[in-house]
Amino acid sequence: MSDLKSLPLDGLHRELGGKMVPFAGYDMPVQYPAGVMKEHLHCRSHAGLFDVSHMGQVILRGSDYEAAALALESLVPVNAAGLGESRQRYGFFTNEQGGILDDLMFANRGDHIFMVVNAACKEADIAHLRAHLPANVTLQVIEDRALLALQGPEAEAVLAALNPAVAEMKFMDVATVDLGGAEAWISRSGYTGEDGFEISVPVDAAEALARKLLADDRVLPIGLGARDSLRLEAGLCLYGHDIDTGTSPVEAGLTWAIQKIRRSDGAREGGFPGADRILSELHNGAERARVGLKPQGRAPMREGVSLFAEADRETPIGCITSGGFGPTVEGPVAMGYVPIAFAAPGTVIYGEVRGKRLPVEVVALPFVPARFKR
Amino acid sequence: MKYTEDHEWLRVEDDLIVVGITEHASTSLGDVVFVELPEVGTMVAKGDEIVVIESVKAASDIAAPIDGEIVEVNDAIVDEPGKVNEDPLGEAWFFKLKVDDVSVINDYLDEDAYNALVD
Repeated sequence: MSDLKSLPLDGLHRELGGKMVPFAGYDMPVQYPAGVMKEHLHCRSHAGLFDVSHMGQVILRGSDYEAAALALESLVPVNAAGLGESRQRYGFFTNEQGGILDDLMFANRGDHIFMVVNAACKEADIAHLRAHLPANVTLQVIEDRALLALQGPEAEAVLAALNPAVAEMKFMDVATVDLGGAEAWISRSGYTGEDGFEISVPVDAAEALARKLLADDRVLPIGLGARDSLRLEAGLCLYGHDIDTGTSPVEAGLTWAIQKIRRSDGAREGGFPGADRILSELHNGAERARVGLKPQGRAPMREGVSLFAEADRETPIGCITSGGFGPTVEGPVAMGYVPIAFAAPGTVIYGEVRGKRLPVEVVALPFVPARFKR
Repeated sequence: MKYTEDHEWLRVEDDLIVVGITEHASTSLGDVVFVELPEVGTMVAKGDEIVVIESVKAASDIAAPIDGEIVEVNDAIVDEPGKVNEDPLGEAWFFKLKVDDVSVINDYLDEDAYNALVD
């Protein structure tokens, strides 16, 4: 346990009554005294503050943005070079088998790329980038910045009280703004399905900023528990669960993130690890798909629950990769992989919970409609 | 009221033993979202896992504290699992057991002993 790293706001989490648990090598708040349910619902109706400083922040620099972006494109099946200035995009590192090494957000910040990667993968991502980037592209790991997320329908009003300029930003815009004297790199994005911001600030300014945001009555601190239920209702993948080295982006339903220019007959077709499989699956379809799953009863179906075509079949057809209770849905929600023949919304299959086969309906994702500021 | 080391409370009511979970257990579980109770008429043995309780965080089981017969279950907590967090010691009892001799309850922890266990 002594290897556990502390977040820059560790003291504040404890002061707020956060229940700390180990996660991705960090001691992190899983919930505060309000509890997962109230935190979740508060974030959907007001605003929630998340400390996501465990995530990796990385800068890539080349001779200009395009040079860095083209280098990144050798590792991600995404149009990075064509991303507009002050815009952010979702992507993923793929492996030679067409699986996913990690998913990430990256932004065009004028003369460089700023990216945010998953905590559990960040060491491997950095090694992967270092091993494959050309010599004229440099990688800088940002260790002196915290990362906060302010999410929810009142996030804009709360943050605009500190700097009105943020209200002008649209979904997936990025900007550098002054927040109470600190230089903040912000994006209008998040991991909840709600409007909101992710805010990278110098570590020494992070606590003051967090306290200012929490002083607003509209804001509650939100732990990892509600972060998970919010993203699950939003139909967003959790790396290591819904996507991993064994799932291709096509199976995972992430084809929307692979722009035409990187597909067959695009101007920069292929040229990323696993392109053979991924381009082929884009054209021919994958054998299985990630789907939304709505258990028809009240019992939650969690990660690892086996799925069956009929209540009495012996061989499972798939498995749940994320599942639990959705506080906004007011019932159990899950995601998992099934063969294409079972992937159509409305298909009823069976999940095995404590030895019982219970019906579960394949549904379209997300469970809760996104409310981004387009 | 008496307590088990598994964070259940027991009390005698009309020659039956009523069983629920403690405040400490309900707080540790977090928001309860699903409860599955045994069927009335089931004969249970001490240690049998007879209740499933799921919170937003995880699933757990509750074991029968004593040998006996389930003679009544509280369907209200199946319909509204949140009651387990709101009133674990009162309204949110789980089941009533018919046992040979209700004085068996005296073998369990008293309040001071239970509090010492959870502190």
